[in-house]
This record gives sequence, structure tokens and C-alpha cells, in this order.
Amino acid sequence: MQITLNGTPREVADGTRMAELVEDLSLGGQRFAVEVNAELVPRSRFAEHQLSPNDKVEIIQAVGGG
Amino acid sequence: MTDDELLRYSRQILLPQFGIEGQERLRASSALIVGLGGLGSPVAMYLAAAGIGRLLLADFDAVDLSNLQRQILHTSERIGQSKVASAITSLQALNPDVELIPVKPSLTDKSLPELVGQVDIVIDGSDNFPTRFAVNRACVTARVPLVSGAAIRMEGQVTCFSGQPGGPCYRCLYPDDGSTDETCSANGILAPVVGIIGSIQAAEAIKILTAVGSPLFGRLLLLDALTMEWRSIRLPADPACPVCAG
Repeated sequence: MQITLNGTPREVADGTRMAELVEDLSLGGQRFAVEVNAELVPRSRFAEHQLSPNDKVEIIQAVGGG
Repeated sequence: MTDDELLRYSRQILLPQFGIEGQERLRASSALIVGLGGLGSPVAMYLAAAGIGRLLLADFDAVDLSNLQRQILHTSERIGQSKVASAITSLQALNPDVELIPVKPSLTDKSLPELVGQVDIVIDGSDNFPTRFAVNRACVTARVPLVSGAAIRMEGQVTCFSGQPGGPCYRCLYPDDGSTDETCSANGILAPVVGIIGSIQAAEAIKILTAVGSPLFGRLLLLDALTMEWRSIRLPADPACPVCAG
């Protein structure tokens, strides 16, 4: 199925879970949050959150500067 | 309210949602500002000018030449002074009626709860994640609202947390692990971007303190100043958040 990731179309397996997508993106060591269709997905839900066709997924990098 | 106060705050009192009642609420309010840099400058200046009663000012740095491009509380002649002392000079000149209290101890898990317990709201404009997480923990414990802003390069993020059970907290948004983080000193920051985000923090703080309008509770605003586009994202509480859940 197709999703949009950070504005770019991306093909992922049907039923892909958020934890799998995050793993695929190799975001290790970065502080980030994930948004699907303008709503943040709580980190504790990554393992169970199933992506749907046409989901708009954005990786939000944490900003700490002041 | 004196005649001078009525005149000083007249343009705010004119607002039908705000009125004299809002002005009096603001005067009876206190805020802790964490960080007197790019974000803390507009936050402190607007809250003081708008007539908040008391500001607790926390920052452990001294004014540096490289700060002055964006940290508009401070001036060239005050390079080397503590930022708190420099801020007090600027804020007193803006509005002598505001009580300005320098925060002496460093902000730790030990000192923060007592400090946060003394104020009606906390505004976080700090430049590092350990402080952000410590401030969040103290606000959740004390059930004090937190206005959180951050900026780097040409990007900004701003949201508010009510401090009440059931709502999200900063730890619901970002993990508190050993991630590598970016800093303005390494990545740069366009001067007015901190002004934009800090001004929103000040506006939200005033709204929360005076119960005017709908604050950014449960919403995260993201600014891309390169295209000058905003996005608003719903921010739910994490039911397994180690700080605010249960």
C-alpha cells in the first residue's frame, strides 16, 4: 500500500505497524515524534499502531533551542 | 487600579474578552521564565509590558556578543553581565510596576518543585532537553501549566500543557533518552524566528492566566519560516507516559 512520508509517496507492506516503519527509517539516536494525519501517535502505541493506505506520516524532529 | 495603570493598559482593557477583570487577573499572576535567551526575551518583555504581577527569572549564563543578534533583552554594553541582571535592567525600564525576582539556585529536580509551586505558570524557553524534561516533571507534579517553545534554524515549535491530569505533557511528545540533539550554536537560528515563537508563548501565557480564549492545550504548532507555513497537530496524552500517566 502507499503512504506519504514527510511529503513523499512511499510503498510499505499492508498492515505495517508504526514500530516497523520507524525501524526501517533508522532513526536511532534521534529525538523525534511521529504524526499521522495531523495527530501525534503516542510512543507507547508504536508497536500496535497499524498504518492505513494513504496515511500522511510525518517525522517531527525535536527542537530544543531557545 | 490607578489612573496611570488604566492608561498604561488601556488598549488591553479595551478588548471585550479581557477588560479590567483580565488586567486585574494578570496583575495578580506570577510566572517563572526558564531561559532569558532568544525565546525568554520576548516572553519576559511582553509579560512585563502587559502588566503581569511577578516574574521569576532563571538563567545561568552571562550575556555574550553572539547572543545579541536575537536576545533582545540584552544590550552591547551589558556583555559579561549575568542575563538575569541584564533582564532586570531592561524589564524595569519597560514597566516598573512588575515585581522581578532573580532565581538563584540552579534548576534541578530538587529545586524546581518548590520554584514551580510558587507560580501560576511556567514558560520554558531553555536551550537544552535535560532542563525541558526537568521543568516538565515539576509542572506535572505541581499541576502548573507549562508553555513550551523551541526554535532552531528557521523552524519553531510551540504548545501548552495544562498540568491537569488527563492532558498530555512534554514527555508524551518526546522521549527522554540519550538522543543527540542540535543546538542553535551549532546549527544557527534566524533572529526573528525566536521572536515569533516567544511572542506566541507570551500570548498563550496571558490567555491562560486570564482565562481568555482557547490555549494550545493538546495542540502542537510547527512553524517552517523558510516557507512561512504553520501546521497544527493534535497532541494526545500517552496513556503509558512515565511522567503524567496514572
